[in-house]
Amino acid sequence: MTTAESAASEAELPVPKAGVSIGSRPLDDDFKTVGNVRVNDARMSCTDVNVFYGEKHAIKHVDLDIGKNQVIAMIGPSGCGKSTFLRCLNRMNDTIDVCRVSGAIALDGQDIYDKKLDVVPLRAQVGMVFQKPNPFPKSIYDNIAYGPRIHGLAASRVELDEIVERSLTKAGLWDEVKDRLDQPGTGLSGGQQQRLCIARTIAVEPEVILMDEPCSALDPIATAKVEELIDELRENYTIAIVTHSMQQAARVSQRTAYFHLGHLVEVGETTEIFTNPRHKLTEDYITGRFG
Amino acid sequence: MQTPILILVLLGLMAFAFHLGKTRSLATVGGRTGIRQLHSLPAYYGFYTALWAGLPALLIAGVWLFFESSVITSMVVAGLPAELRDQPPAQLGLLVNDITNLANGNIVSRAVDDQLRAAADHMNALRGIGKTALTAVALCIALGAGALAWRTIGPRMRARNRVEAIVNALLIISSLIAILTTVGIVLSVLFESFQFFHKIPLTDFLFGLEWSPQIALRADQVGASGAFGAVPLFTGTLLISVIALMVAVPIGLMSAIYLADYASPRLRSYAKPVLEVLAGVPTVVYGFFAALTLAPAIRGAGEAMGLSVSSESALAAGLVMGVMIIPFVSSLSDDVINAVPQSLRDASYALGATRSETIRQVILPAALPGIMGGILLAASRAIGETMIVVMAAGLSANMTINPLDSVTTVTVQIVTLLVGDQEFDSAKTLAAFALGLLLFIVTLGLNIVALHIVRKYREQYE
Ligand SMILES: Nc1ncnc2c1ncn2[C@@H]1O[C@H](COP(=O)(O)OP(=O)(O)OP(=O)(O)O)[C@@H](O)[C@H]1O
Ligand SMILES: [Mg+2]
Repeated sequence: MTTAESAASEAELPVPKAGVSIGSRPLDDDFKTVGNVRVNDARMSCTDVNVFYGEKHAIKHVDLDIGKNQVIAMIGPSGCGKSTFLRCLNRMNDTIDVCRVSGAIALDGQDIYDKKLDVVPLRAQVGMVFQKPNPFPKSIYDNIAYGPRIHGLAASRVELDEIVERSLTKAGLWDEVKDRLDQPGTGLSGGQQQRLCIARTIAVEPEVILMDEPCSALDPIATAKVEELIDELRENYTIAIVTHSMQQAARVSQRTAYFHLGHLVEVGETTEIFTNPRHKLTEDYITGRFG
Repeated sequence: MQTPILILVLLGLMAFAFHLGKTRSLATVGGRTGIRQLHSLPAYYGFYTALWAGLPALLIAGVWLFFESSVITSMVVAGLPAELRDQPPAQLGLLVNDITNLANGNIVSRAVDDQLRAAADHMNALRGIGKTALTAVALCIALGAGALAWRTIGPRMRARNRVEAIVNALLIISSLIAILTTVGIVLSVLFESFQFFHKIPLTDFLFGLEWSPQIALRADQVGASGAFGAVPLFTGTLLISVIALMVAVPIGLMSAIYLADYASPRLRSYAKPVLEVLAGVPTVVYGFFAALTLAPAIRGAGEAMGLSVSSESALAAGLVMGVMIIPFVSSLSDDVINAVPQSLRDASYALGATRSETIRQVILPAALPGIMGGILLAASRAIGETMIVVMAAGLSANMTINPLDSVTTVTVQIVTLLVGDQEFDSAKTLAAFALGLLLFIVTLGLNIVALHIVRKYREQYE
């Protein structure tokens, strides 16, 4: 679907009054996403993305743009394919043997599934924070320095020290760990580990950061810190975040995408989605009648 | 009744008792519908009855069979006429042997007189009585104990707890047997070694540089100077083990990495079992491969290069032994590499690391303790290996680190010391025990270190 077409299809939809939604279940195969999937300055642009795990069709014909210096939140019931879609964006699905991806995903106009494209620099450009904190069983310092070292980002020990300090500061962890940088990262608390993983990701200065439920293991205070961080990062980075918390999506994101059973049902400005959902499924989900 | 038949009958009784117990438990609560009133499931009542019906009787039978011959023999001896009974023990032993043989219908070494025949008849009669008594006693006990157990069955009888207590006891006894056997072996080796160290000082054994275990049988024998320095044997063992590990560690580790992180699941499912077949090849097959194929080849190659190679070389034995222990390294390493959580791999890939960077910097460090454990286990296997070395490395206790020379190892010397006719308390024989003890201490140490490392590694991820 091109931008023009989607704008046209949007124009034909009856404008719903507040509380009155369109749509029904089940969604059929040629279902069209409600709302504008395209944005003006897209960092990443997905067209007709399908993902199969063996026979299972996990993502169905998804079109979506991810805007520059924006936070896009992906919400939806468990198992609807949020993680799967997120993992497509830096080709982490390549590591799963049974997984097949079709369609086009472009980063700054360059197709990332192009046969000739090298996936290693792509992943340095599009970083990822996982749902479960997964620090390396190395020291805190080495956890952060891992990426910069393999990409040769630091010419000297002093520069590396600077990168480590800067990343930890940004992740709001520096004050807590600055005296114990040589201790294992696995010895931190769950919330600290997650912030360590965020710091590790921003240490390689990716342009796009993908976060898969980064706060699901965190207490409210650590969550608030991470959300604050996301808000700051937005200035320089483009962020896609999967979350089960509606409040979190409302707080940190500018756009929200609602997934349902592999379909992208609705996408739009966060304030719009939460105050005025247009598809019945979206409305049910955010008003708590589903999932 | 013959003993095997008795045992079969007892087993049959157990099965029957099981059925009776189960039925009775259900009957006490009025059939299937009342099953919730029973303390335990019906089958537990069945097991309870069966165990009582079987175990005491089997135990009695076992005890009797263990003591049968000695009891009967002493009774026969007691029944002998006085002039035959009052002989020196050795003579008496021969006589008892003959009586037993005669009773069994075997060939007898002396003329059969009336007295002998009477004793043999006495023995046969006693045996018959014993058998009948055993059958009667065992069956009575089985029926009695079974019936008693059967009568106690009721809804509130805690059959499950009792059965589990019995099973628990059986398990404890089995593990005690295993442990006591080990302790017994260690103690006997220890004891014989002490005897050896009475004859040869400990320091001579541990630090002596010459090994030639000849002992004079007569005082005037020539060339009978014995030397029991274990150092050449241990250098030989070390040399061969080091060669073996130099083969097995790189090959095993790399194939483990390939199988765990590069190979497709299909290839892996074929390749891994094939690799593990290497561990199932009998060592004697490796041995003659080493002796007949590899050793001559090495010798030929060495001579072509102008080196002098002995026809039995440490190199040949070490190389083949290395191949033998590849599966130990690769299989264990493969397991620990696979146990490194996928999330760590994902973390590394998501930072833009390549596969080899991920393996070198994340997976291997995380798996290293486990891999070290695997290597140490392989090493203790190499140190204890005998057959390959007997066949390929030779018997001469050279003190050398030249892999082209022939050397010998601790295990090989133990074999040669004990093969052939020797006095059991000569230093030569006892030396085998001392060597065994030392070897045992070395491999035990290695295993303890290996297990400790493996355990530490487990703690990290579980
Ligand atoms: N490795 C895999 N192999 C096979 N099927 C998979 C695999 N990973 C995910 N799936 C299937 O794909 C579908 C989407 O899974 P996904 O993990 O993307 O859901 P999700 O929206 O992230 O759910 P959650 O909110 O619970 O994390 C599910 O039905 C899941 O069973
Ligand atoms: Mg998920």
